[in-house]
Amino acid sequence: MASREITYTEAAREALTTAMEEDETIFVLGEGIGERGGNFNTTLGLYERFGPRRLRDTPICERGFVGLCTGAAMTGTRPVVDFMFIDFILDSVGELTNQIAKIQYMSGGRLKMPVLLRGCVGIGGGHATHHSGSYYPLFVNVPGFRVVVPTTPYDAKGLMATALRSDDPVLYLEHKSLLNVKGEVPEQDYQIPFGEARVCREGTDVTIVAIGPLVAKSVEAAGRLADEGISVEVIDPRTLAPLDLDTVLTSLRKTGKLLVADESFGPCGVGAEIAAQVMEQGFDDLGAPVRRLNGVHAPTPYSPPLEAAVSPSVDQVVVAVRDLAAE
Amino acid sequence: MPAPHTRVAPGSLDDEIENEMTTTKETYLSLYRTMVRIRRCEEQLARSYAAGTITGACHTYVGEEGVATGVCAHLRDDDAVFSTHRGHGHALAKGVPPRELVAELFGRVTGCSGGRGGSMHLFAPEVGMMGTSGIVGPCILQATGAGYSFQLRETDNVGVAFFGDGAVGNGAFHEGINLATIWDLPVLFICENNMYATEVAFSSSARNTDVAGRAAGYGLHAEAVDGNDVIAVYEAAGMAVERARQGGGPSLIECRTYRTRPHAEGMRDGGYRSQEEIDSWKARDPIEVFHRRLLDDGDIADTELQAIDAEIVDEIQQAVSFANDSPWPDPATVADHVYREVGA
Repeated sequence: MASREITYTEAAREALTTAMEEDETIFVLGEGIGERGGNFNTTLGLYERFGPRRLRDTPICERGFVGLCTGAAMTGTRPVVDFMFIDFILDSVGELTNQIAKIQYMSGGRLKMPVLLRGCVGIGGGHATHHSGSYYPLFVNVPGFRVVVPTTPYDAKGLMATALRSDDPVLYLEHKSLLNVKGEVPEQDYQIPFGEARVCREGTDVTIVAIGPLVAKSVEAAGRLADEGISVEVIDPRTLAPLDLDTVLTSLRKTGKLLVADESFGPCGVGAEIAAQVMEQGFDDLGAPVRRLNGVHAPTPYSPPLEAAVSPSVDQVVVAVRDLAAE
Repeated sequence: MPAPHTRVAPGSLDDEIENEMTTTKETYLSLYRTMVRIRRCEEQLARSYAAGTITGACHTYVGEEGVATGVCAHLRDDDAVFSTHRGHGHALAKGVPPRELVAELFGRVTGCSGGRGGSMHLFAPEVGMMGTSGIVGPCILQATGAGYSFQLRETDNVGVAFFGDGAVGNGAFHEGINLATIWDLPVLFICENNMYATEVAFSSSARNTDVAGRAAGYGLHAEAVDGNDVIAVYEAAGMAVERARQGGGPSLIECRTYRTRPHAEGMRDGGYRSQEEIDSWKARDPIEVFHRRLLDDGDIADTELQAIDAEIVDEIQQAVSFANDSPWPDPATVADHVYREVGA
């Protein structure tokens, strides 16, 4: 496979471009995604190729255009909503949870809901509380959604390709710290199935399930912990719905100890869910209580020292694993 | 009332459409049959609710039959209708067989939504009934989205939203109409202004109760018609559908009408409207008005209408038998269709 280094955003854009060439029913709606190419360059160059009907700049009315995409998906097209910052999705939560998520079920499977909802999530860059949210636990909780959180350029392309062929609604969430990260990406199109975790680093003492930016932080922490003689396995679930619990349970049989590291909120969060499922299905393999490391349960502040304090750091991962290993 | 805004210059598209519109005797009989079908079906559903066969909320369309009938007469199976909590009439007018509606409200697997929906979630995409909704507003946006699809796919289909005056104060009304208008989407916005949102008077929800007049602020075609006059609705909708099919953009039609039964079956109906008001609208019953008009016009004999009446009584009885004889859904299927792909 011919490959080269490109960024996470470029990788996702390649998958979008290929899918739009193959499928003329795909169109993208959002603010500044037309001629401008997207605030995060998510659609750069696509307007010139596909025109204004398929790259459509919208008024600022998230509820309106998400509702529009619901009806469009029911009538034979495949909408992509580019929210820019995912915080803006909250204006459309009724359309998402009451309509998009439920229509396949309520129609007895006669209607499809191929809607891709993408946006930039997470803390960083001093964006403060209306441009720093993640919110994915809300959508994991609702039946009907696929929730995708890629962390590498390779995964960004492969998961975007899968999302653009899914007939279920997909939330594709791109952490802002990852957008310009470069990595090896094949030139040709490929798909990564939903529900398949990736083992990023193998180890024998402690398992970390890490989400989004915590994957890179956990790999870095694992390197430091190796110097102390603690062997850490790091797993990136890649999709939160569906969740690949089998890979976690397999790892746990080896390590017996689990940390879930996630920047988003703890209460009723992804870590809580993984811990509960592990207790239900892997209790006998647990040598210590499952631990969680989450962002501080507070809105995201602006000032650099405050902002740095709300997102879990590499040091915090190291301390949490060290404590767990000592149990 | 401010004059409806017109984007198409007089003498062009609208005149051509008007010249081509013809209404035959068959059309009149078909309109009559649909209105009677809705009425008799709703009366049956009300009885079944009172008997305990139907649970949850059951919002009937009695008194408003002229609206769905007049609009849907212009639609094909591949045109897409999106409706509200008061959607039985829209489903029937769009072609959902009464037996599938009755079976749905009886909770049977043969219902149009397989028993998953009940009164407020009626789906029959095979005839373009793309869903009713228990939430006020989304249908406006979804019809706009259907218009987006049809424009992108370059078909001549239209998306249609039915909604009440209660949706007019909702953001979906503003956002949907604005989006459809700026992109010239083939969409009909049919406002069934029955003067009350549940039990709150529209006059207390809006300083300007002239819904059609609001179109000037957005720049789309609009017209206000007597919603109890099926022919007035039929003619206005015919213009709007044809205009949309030919690329002339969206239209808003305000149909002024009235529901003569309570908001939902089993609900107390007092305290917010007077008996005199109800009686005055019952005197303008859309079916009786149309019935008189057909006989007065002279082309249609009373026996022809009586034959339709009898046919519908029989049809509804058969629908009830069908529903009663239908199996319940299998509880083992309760989580089917949450996701499309296998292995969810």
